[in-house]
Amino acid sequence: MLGWLHIAVPPAPALFGQLLIGLINGAFYAMLSLGLAVIFGLLNIINFAHGAQYMLGAFCAYLVLNYLGIGYWPSLLIAPIVVGAFGMLLERFFIRWIYRLDHLYGLLLTFGMALIIQGVFRQYYGSAGQPYSIPDLLAGGQDLGFMFLPNYRAWVIAASSVCCFGTWFVIERTRLGAYLRAATENPTLVQAFGINVPRMVTLTYGFGVALAALAGVLAAPIYQVSPLMGSNLIIVVFAVVVIGGMGSILGAIVGGFALGIIEGLTKVFYPEASSTAIFVIMVVVLLVKPAGLFGRTV
Amino acid sequence: MRSAAAADALLEVHGLEAWYGESHVLHGVDFAVAAGEVATLLGRNGAGKTTTLKSIMGILPERRGTITFAGRAIIDLPAYRIARLGIAYCPEDRGVFASLTVEENLMLPPVIAPGGMPVDQIYDLFPNLLEHRMSQGTKLSGGEQQMLAIARILRTGARLLLLDEPTEGLAPVIVQQIGAAIVRLKQAGFTILLVEQNFRFAATVADRHYVVEHGRIVDMIPNERLEAETNKLHEYLGV
Ligand SMILES: Nc1ncnc2c1ncn2[C@@H]1O[C@H](COP(=O)(O)OP(=O)(O)O)[C@@H](O)[C@H]1O
Ligand SMILES: [Mg+2]
Repeated sequence: MLGWLHIAVPPAPALFGQLLIGLINGAFYAMLSLGLAVIFGLLNIINFAHGAQYMLGAFCAYLVLNYLGIGYWPSLLIAPIVVGAFGMLLERFFIRWIYRLDHLYGLLLTFGMALIIQGVFRQYYGSAGQPYSIPDLLAGGQDLGFMFLPNYRAWVIAASSVCCFGTWFVIERTRLGAYLRAATENPTLVQAFGINVPRMVTLTYGFGVALAALAGVLAAPIYQVSPLMGSNLIIVVFAVVVIGGMGSILGAIVGGFALGIIEGLTKVFYPEASSTAIFVIMVVVLLVKPAGLFGRTV
Repeated sequence: MRSAAAADALLEVHGLEAWYGESHVLHGVDFAVAAGEVATLLGRNGAGKTTTLKSIMGILPERRGTITFAGRAIIDLPAYRIARLGIAYCPEDRGVFASLTVEENLMLPPVIAPGGMPVDQIYDLFPNLLEHRMSQGTKLSGGEQQMLAIARILRTGARLLLLDEPTEGLAPVIVQQIGAAIVRLKQAGFTILLVEQNFRFAATVADRHYVVEHGRIVDMIPNERLEAETNKLHEYLGV
């Protein structure tokens, strides 16, 4: 009995350490799946380029630092704007033409875009990661007694939470969000009320992409900057979106953080399953609740 | 059919044709609505009434002809620009949004010109809506959803209201309430183009009636002649 306890209950620092890693991963899952949910809701497009756009955000920060000497803090603004604008061009000139077609076409188109974008960066930077250092202001950490909390990680969790909550608030509680929800249901009628829906669609796509780029900048000091950094992550993020419910804002946020934590805990208690835990949960959720945990079945 | 109304017409439709893919649905619709009047499009199911409203609103991709609103040709404009000129649309299926509360539904259409109806007057016109302000839009009864669909286009400052069968499938009491609202809207200066199959209801609110058959306007009956032409109308409507 005692022996069993000894194996099953890990020392507190290890537990909290994994919890923290889970929370950090969850912060990225949440921001990325949120962008996917917003885009899917209005555009009906499964944006497979999302991982590449996240990578573009990180590279944007890396490039402006190395070529222009612009540091981390301005990059938090510059990367989302630049990459978001790039996203709007993609929407305006490519994605717009396939809204009437089956989901499959959107998936193929955006997947193709992801391959092209990643291919270009691999051509120039190879697959190895480029280092990006933590801003001075956030170097070091706090000793909480039961664990050591690096300042940068605390900042990532806080920043992601604020972005997620802010997005949720705008969509669910403001007039702008009401336009978005209404256009998700019936774009034609919203257009007949005098709202320029095509422009709103472009801006929404740009916003989702900007959110991915922001996540990329936040990730740069933690995961290094590499052309494939997004393609590894995006598979898990799609599982999160499916679990939370396709297009559900709350599902994306709650699901992102929760699954990050669950994944972290799995690493402590049953490390062998840590990379598959999320997919097992996805299968179970799909069997029990095909629309996802927060999915609306109107 | 470019009749007496044409002189001071707010809306003029001439030679309007429309298609759904291959199928040609409107074959040259001509009519006019004068500023401040209530005109109806009467006709059987499938005659092309809804298609006519959609064509005016610009939410039907394939259409041809001339549509003039307040002296401006609008047929080539996108729907949101047409709306911003002062035309508001209440669709046949009501189009109440499930993901919005009653109040959010009401406040959704943006104000496009000054002079819209103040919200307290709207609630005064449809008191049921005030009661259920915070409920989900689609939790309302059918009649209340219809009221909401009309109510939300009154705020915006639009001058011409396109109402597609606002009494369809509703209990007589509610139909009366909606009729009273339409009369009050006319008094408030709105111009209304009303689609109806129920000509008895139409007679209580309208100034003139256009009869739609197979994608054309085949007759125009001023409301005061409606009584005399009841037999003819029965034939048109197949009742
Ligand atoms: N979305 C559509 N696709 C194809 N045909 C349609 C569509 N909507 C209406 N129609 C056809 O167009 C004709 C006119 O329809 P509609 O304008 O809805 O008639 P009404 O409103 O007078 O009942 C009908 O024959 C109908 O079957
Ligand atoms: Mg109809």
